[in-house]
Amino acid sequence: MSLTRMYGLFLRHFYLITRSFPRVLDLVYWPTIQITLWGFISNFFATHTTYYNNAVGVILTCAILYDFLFRTSIGFNMLFLEEIWSRNFTNLFIAPMKIGEILTSLVATALIRALIGLIPAVLLTSPLFGISILDLGIFLFFLFLSLYLFGITLGILVSAGLLRYGPSFENIAWSTMFLLAPFGCIYYPIEILPELFQKIAYLLPLVYIFEEARNILINQTVDIQNIYNAFIWNGVYFVLSIALFYYSFNVAKKKGTLINMGE
Amino acid sequence: MKNLVEVKNIKKNYGKNEAVKGISFNIKEDEILGLLGPNGSGKTTTIGMLLGLLKPTSGEILINGQKLEGNRIEILEQINFISPYIELPKKLTVKQNLTVYGKLYKINNINERIEYLSEKLRLGGLLNSITGELSSGQKNRVSLAKALINEPKVLLLDEPTASLDPEVGDFVRSFLENYKKEKKISILLASHNMNEVSRLCKSILMMKDGIIIDKGNPEELINKHGRKNLEEVFLKLTRSKNELN
Repeated sequence: MSLTRMYGLFLRHFYLITRSFPRVLDLVYWPTIQITLWGFISNFFATHTTYYNNAVGVILTCAILYDFLFRTSIGFNMLFLEEIWSRNFTNLFIAPMKIGEILTSLVATALIRALIGLIPAVLLTSPLFGISILDLGIFLFFLFLSLYLFGITLGILVSAGLLRYGPSFENIAWSTMFLLAPFGCIYYPIEILPELFQKIAYLLPLVYIFEEARNILINQTVDIQNIYNAFIWNGVYFVLSIALFYYSFNVAKKKGTLINMGE
Repeated sequence: MKNLVEVKNIKKNYGKNEAVKGISFNIKEDEILGLLGPNGSGKTTTIGMLLGLLKPTSGEILINGQKLEGNRIEILEQINFISPYIELPKKLTVKQNLTVYGKLYKINNINERIEYLSEKLRLGGLLNSITGELSSGQKNRVSLAKALINEPKVLLLDEPTASLDPEVGDFVRSFLENYKKEKKISILLASHNMNEVSRLCKSILMMKDGIIIDKGNPEELINKHGRKNLEEVFLKLTRSKNELN
């Protein structure tokens, strides 16, 4: 793996973001709107329900965590789509970059994109709603890490689809998170779901992450097993996504998708 | 002169469709080989296979003595490509684009290399311009600079002067002639501009329906087919049944 090459690909996206004010605005705008909206909803529920009585900010914290997941996943897809939209795709794939280098560079860049959006929004929550996501303590790091892993896993899966099927797969890139959100139990406990949906939800890392976030904030206890389960499932899906990406690359080389990308 | 490119009986099938049906050719160092053929003749597929973007169904490609299969990264370090159908990121400046590709190709002294190329390709005043705001001719020269950033031993050119005005087209052709002579590189030139091919290429491959239907130097081909120029030879060959098969 070459750090120089990975840095080169990072630079390509860094230059793009820093040269374009609308792009920076776009990164910051949606998380801020999302979190402000959920902040007011959170305040309403905190004062009108018993479930959230002792934990002002549970919904808002979960909204922030979900937004981080969403931004990471979409951020990764965007990096890939940018190459297709700018007709630079072929240039990238004829450069002597290993697939692992491309993925590593995009994974790091996606994190930076997600943080650019998230940090201002998180900073707003304290003065606006009197809530700090840091209430999750040291476990916040593990929850974020877990969400980050799942976000890039989804990003890699969608990119594998783009490689295999071309730009027509673009719509899937936008809808993946919406498909999984109901099973993620982001704003409600898993018991709300029908039994069949619960079984599906337990196969995803999301339910463990959001259940644990609520557990920490509402019950003031930590269930390490939830964090452990989230990492196990993340590991499984991450390895699968990498394998699928390599498979898609090889299929694309056989089918000719790489030279027709952008058409 | 040694062969920098060796193509041995490569075939490419897309399902039942045979895009390339077993072609072989070599390109020596300090040689420009013209690749001519009508649309759908297999030129792009052939270039795609040389770039490692397409996996041949069978056959073998060697670049500078190394098999492409299994040595993709090492070989991509030695080749590069220009086509009007691919572009550099439009929002980046010329210098940023060249810096990015300098990093991707792990070039030492990127700034020196950019300075050298900008002088040779008359990009001096454009380095801080936004790539997407350049004229076609300027974009073409920037793409050429990107294609030469890694000092390739093998350069693949797909319609390198398409949509350029005669002055810029002539500049690019002269540049390529001189650069090839100076660096002793191999160039594969796919073009529909017969004057360009006549001027730059000592040898030509004519492709049709996935096979090579004729080859030779421009004069030989013109004499052999009793035509006045290469364009007439092209028309005769592409409208007739395969010559060599």
